Formats: sequence, structure tokens, C-alpha cells
Amino acid sequence: MAQLELFLQTLISGFLLGGLYALIALGMALIMGVMRVINLAHGDFMMIAMYIAYWLFTFFGIDPYVAVFIAGPALFFFGLAIQKYLLTPVMKVDSILPHNQVILTVGLAMVFSNLATVFFTGDYRSTPVSYASSAWYLTDFWKNSPVELSLSMPWTISFVIAVMITIALWIFLTKTDTGKSIRATAQDLDAALLMGVNVDWVRMVTFGIGLVLVAVAGCLFLPIYYLYPALGKQFTNIGFVIAVIGGMGSTDGAVIGGLILGIFESMTATYIGMGWAPAGRFSIFVAALVFLPGGVASILRKRRLGK
Amino acid sequence: MKKFLPLIILAILCILPFIGLSTYVMHILILVLMWSIIGMGWNILGGYTGQVSFGHAAFFGMGAYAAGLLYQHLGISAWWGLPVCVLILTALSLVVGYICLRLRGAYFALATLALGEICRVAAENLVGFTKGNMGIMLRERTWVDKTWYFYIILLLAAGTYILIKMVMESKLGYYFVAIREDQDAAESLGINTTFYKTISLCISGVLTGIAGAYYMNYMGYIDPSTVFPLSEVSIATVVVVMVGGAATYWGPIVGAVIMIFLAEEIRSIPFIGAAHQTIFGIILILIVMFLPNGIVGDFRKLIKPFKGKKGASS
Repeated sequence: MAQLELFLQTLISGFLLGGLYALIALGMALIMGVMRVINLAHGDFMMIAMYIAYWLFTFFGIDPYVAVFIAGPALFFFGLAIQKYLLTPVMKVDSILPHNQVILTVGLAMVFSNLATVFFTGDYRSTPVSYASSAWYLTDFWKNSPVELSLSMPWTISFVIAVMITIALWIFLTKTDTGKSIRATAQDLDAALLMGVNVDWVRMVTFGIGLVLVAVAGCLFLPIYYLYPALGKQFTNIGFVIAVIGGMGSTDGAVIGGLILGIFESMTATYIGMGWAPAGRFSIFVAALVFLPGGVASILRKRRLGK
Repeated sequence: MKKFLPLIILAILCILPFIGLSTYVMHILILVLMWSIIGMGWNILGGYTGQVSFGHAAFFGMGAYAAGLLYQHLGISAWWGLPVCVLILTALSLVVGYICLRLRGAYFALATLALGEICRVAAENLVGFTKGNMGIMLRERTWVDKTWYFYIILLLAAGTYILIKMVMESKLGYYFVAIREDQDAAESLGINTTFYKTISLCISGVLTGIAGAYYMNYMGYIDPSTVFPLSEVSIATVVVVMVGGAATYWGPIVGAVIMIFLAEEIRSIPFIGAAHQTIFGIILILIVMFLPNGIVGDFRKLIKPFKGKKGASS
């Protein structure tokens, strides 16, 4: 019974983790889909958002969950500016290497993480929120349950907010004009141009939204994780691993991929060892490359075509 | 004149140890030569074949660990790492190539990024085999003096240069460039693109691995965070080649000279020294935006303003 309990506990915490991972990967998938660019500075943008939320909490006592509404818009405008003044000009530069924009984001990542180390030092920080260690138990709701499960309160709140944001994004992408233009651009750039979509504008908005998503994820991670300047790299890795599992540029795939990776990582951490969790992440990445290069999205597409 | 330029430079480098340079300068020269080998290795894959790799630390570290583990477990000289790592890295490159090079575009860049991280995590966690974060130390260095180290790396660098030149002037080189320019066209002309990309990866990986094995012998100490890091090796390689000029013979060498000297200069400045990564990041961004083919590749563009003035004055 204890074995089962451990398994269920791992599964559930993996699920919660996966929800947050999905948010990071969604931003990356959007950017990848519309601009065909892997944003290797993704995690570093998340780090910036986390520092914003951290300082808001330290100086003004603003809860990290409220800071979502400050860090999100801040990163949105930051993203617009970066797309406008850095990424779009590079697209027009003629060079022999095809991945110029990706290399540019690598440069950005170096600058951000190093500046954060210089200004905020390499200390590990966390926000001592009052509810950090509170949890709820399955037995509170169901007296005679055969297994005992506990869930940390901040994890649950973060997960719920992540789900809400994902639903909001889905509504935005399917119901609004801008959202539809984004999807159109992702599907076929030339056709979108012919239909009168202002592609440059769409690219800016997409990059902005991608950063909002990762900023939100950062704020949600803050109460349950710690913060240090080099954290970006790890989350960039997570983002692209999920993007590949999900299928490059697919938003549905990113959500499923996030959940898969969250559960898988949680499982490796429990059953193999904490240090191996990153190795687990990459082995599932390699497995996806070998057996399912199109990602989860290719399965979804097949199902849809089959109907 | 231009034909003999490599020979002249080689001759100058050969007599350099005799003019009594300080150990520090020798150290910098050795690093420059080592980085130009890594750069040339990256260049054949990233520059000529167009498959950008963000994980050359994996090859570098694998070479270094091959040498270190031979010494650690078999007790033979770490110099055996140089020939042995050729075998190991060919095997690694074949596996990586088989998995990743069938896919196009960004997949390969991502896969190499992951490869570097996998190697680092493995080296950190396989404590029994690699001694984890404690690292591997050579209990005695072969020479105290740096002269022989210098000549060995000079020989390796010259060999690398000749190899690259030979490859790029053979049929193989034309296949590589054809794949970079248009993979579909190359495929339709009967070039087995996956196969040739894998060959390119093998050459690139082996060269980088040899540099790694040399590093083990030269520095005498390695641990996962010095030979497998993302920004200090993998990205630094990209920066070196991008600054010098991708897909040029001299690019990686020029890039290595500039970046190593710059790194040493910047690190020695107080206050700014801590921000050297920022400065490299900004250099990378500026290069990508304004000199995408690097200093060697865009040399004409670079000297244009000066040339115009000269023409007006004369």
C-alpha cells in the first residue's frame, strides 16, 4: 500500500509540475510556430520576471500571485521591443548560417543571466510567503480513503492559475482576430501575408505573448522554487524539450508534452534519484527524437485526419 | 604572397618560444591555438555543412574525459587519450548523427544542446566512474615548461588546418556546401545527405575531442563544470567562429585570437571583469546583426569605409 501511495503521490506532484512546465513550453511553442525561431533566452526571460516578482514582494510585500499582473505586462512590452529592434532586423540580414536569430537569443541569454549575477549576486533567494508550507490532505475530504495523499498549497494554487491562463490563451487564439492571425501566420506565412495579415505586427505580439506566458510561469514558480541568476538555462532546456516532445510549434502538443515531462521527471526523481532528473528529461527528449520526431502533435493530427 | 601566408605564420609561431616569452603569454598562445582547433572543428559542421551545434562541449569534454579516465583507471599516460578519443568520438558522432541528423532545421541544434547537458549530468552523477564533481587530476605533469605543450598544440592546429583545407577542396567539401545551400537540391543530385552530414559531424567531433584530450594533458585537472559547461565551451565555440567568420579557413583562428585576448583583457579589468559574459553576449548580438559572416567573411564590408577615405586622399 505504501508503494501505491508513493506512486500516486509522485504522479500527482508530477502532474502539478507538468501544468507549470506546460505554461513555459506554450510560450516557446507559440514563438517557434510563428517565427520558426527557438527562443534560447526563454528561461532567462522567466528569470527576469521572477526577479521582478521577488523585488515587488521584498519591497512592497506584493504577493507573487498578484505580481503576475505586473511582471506579465512588463515582459510583454519588453518582448515587443526585442522583437522590433533586435529579431526583425536580424531576419533581413543576409548570412550563410540559417540560425542567426537563434544565435541572437543565445547572446541575449548570456547578457541577461550575467547582468543578473552582477546586479543581484549569485545568491539563492526565495519569497517567504505565509502559505508556503501549508498543505491539504486527502483525508480532510474523504475520511476513509485507503491512501493518504498530501498536496502543497502553493503548488495547487500555481497549478490552478496555470490552467486558467492556458484556457485564456486558448480562447484568445481561437476567438479573437489577433489570435486567429497568429495561428494563420504559424500555419502558412505566405498565405497569411496574402490575406492581409500584418506579419511584422503578429510577430511582435506573439513574442510579447510568449514572454507573458513565461513571466506568469515565473511568478507561479516563485513561491515553490528558489531563484538564482543561472536558473534560466534549466528552464530553457525544459521549454525546448517539451516543445520537441509536443511537436515543434504546436500549442496543444506543448500542454500534453508539459504534463508528460512533469510526470516523467517526478518519477525519475522518486525512483532513480534527484541528480538524475535532468538526465531523465533528456532521455525522453532523445526518445522523442528517435521514435516520434513530429511529437505528440503528429499523433493528434493523424487522429484528426482519420475522422 | 597570399599563398605563403599560412607558412609564414607557422614559421613565426615556431620560433616564438625562442624569444623568451613569459609563461603567461605562452599560456595564452596555447589557449588561442586550442580554441582555433575547436573553432575549426565546429566550423566544418556549423559553417560549411550548415548544421549549427550548440553542444560542442560534449565532444570537448568527452575527449578530455577519455584521456583522464585512461590515466585514472588504466594508469597509462593521458597522452594516449589523443588517439583513443578519435575512436570514442567517431562512435559518439555516428550515434548522434544517426539519431539527430535525419531531422532538419532546428532539431539538430536542440539535440546538440541536449547532448552537452546529458554529458555533463552523466559526468556529475557517475561518481564511481568519473569521480563526479571531484574531477580528475593528473598527479604529475609531463613537462613543467610550456614549450613542448606549445609545439604539440601547434602541430595539432597546423594538422587541423591542413585537414580542413584538404577536406574542403575535395569532393566531400563540395557535398558539405551543397547540403548547406540547399538540402533538397543536394538530395536530388544523389548526395546521401544524412550520410555526409554524419561524416561532417565525425570530423568536427574528433577534432574537438582531440582539443579536449590535449586540454586534459595541458591543464592536468578537469571536472564536469570546466569541460562540459554550456556557456564557457559550447557557446564560446559559437562566439569564436561567429566573430571570426563561419565557413572561412581563417575565421576560427582570427576569432580565437580576438576572443581569447579580449577575454583575458576584460577579466583583468576590475568591476567590468565580472560582467565579461555580458560583453561577449553583446559582441555576439552585434556580430549577428551587423557582421553576420564574421570579421573574415565580411572583411570587405569592414574595410570599405577606410578604403574609401584612402582612395580619396591619394
